[in-house]
Amino acid sequence: MTFLGLLFYILAAVTVAATAVAITRRNMVHAVVYLIVSFFGTAMIFYFFGAPLLAALEVIIYAGAIMVLFLFVVMMVKVDSPGEDLLPARQWIPAAVFGLIYLVIAFLMIFETRGADAPLGLLIASPRDFALYVLQNHWFSIEVISLLLLLALIGALQLGKSQTKPGTGDET
Amino acid sequence: MIVPLSHALILSAILFGLGVFCAVSRRNLIMMVLGIEIMLNSASIAFVAAALRWQNLEGQTFVLFILAVAATEVSVGLAIIVYAFRRTGSFDPGNYNLLK
Repeated sequence: MTFLGLLFYILAAVTVAATAVAITRRNMVHAVVYLIVSFFGTAMIFYFFGAPLLAALEVIIYAGAIMVLFLFVVMMVKVDSPGEDLLPARQWIPAAVFGLIYLVIAFLMIFETRGADAPLGLLIASPRDFALYVLQNHWFSIEVISLLLLLALIGALQLGKSQTKPGTGDET
Repeated sequence: MIVPLSHALILSAILFGLGVFCAVSRRNLIMMVLGIEIMLNSASIAFVAAALRWQNLEGQTFVLFILAVAATEVSVGLAIIVYAFRRTGSFDPGNYNLLK
């Protein structure tokens, strides 16, 4: 195992552990902060796999913007329900068993596939090459995505605004 | 030379399973959206690893679009959640039974 491989396994272990801690927290602020740790690990894994631009975007958008949005929502609404508990065991244990069976089968398929165990080389797509590739081959998708973001902006604004308009509902 | 592709795929599968568990078993809308975020993130890991395996930038392009769609989904989803919270005063989807 090379040094970079060891680093990858450490990063993967930290990412999985942080995610597992995050999804079991009762306190939503703790969950969001643990998930930020997980996304930083994911960003470093992206960098290992030769995507420095995507690593930067992962930190900026996922760990920065999206998680801060979650924090704002958690802070904006008053949550006074410590009684939020997991579903009763007899409801989620069958789902967990089926999911584990699928996961084990997926592992076996991954290991039995020929060529999947060839080690990945070190190759870095520089941000310049990546940006040129995207804008030369996928410029139309970029425009569609920008339209989608505009629609999301208008939709979120409308959803937030219709609260203050009188006559839409008795409770505000 | 670093790790084989299968190990990256296994990491992605484990993260996806954790995300599904979070989205299914929690009774809190914010935690369910967090689970969806974890699932999108694990798919991104698989895409980037496959892009390195086949030396093709299409995978990284997909991750770029996944990022944009995740940002859109979170902003609209959280707006809807806040709207529903103001109407019903709860994050529990089991309490959204105004039509009953």
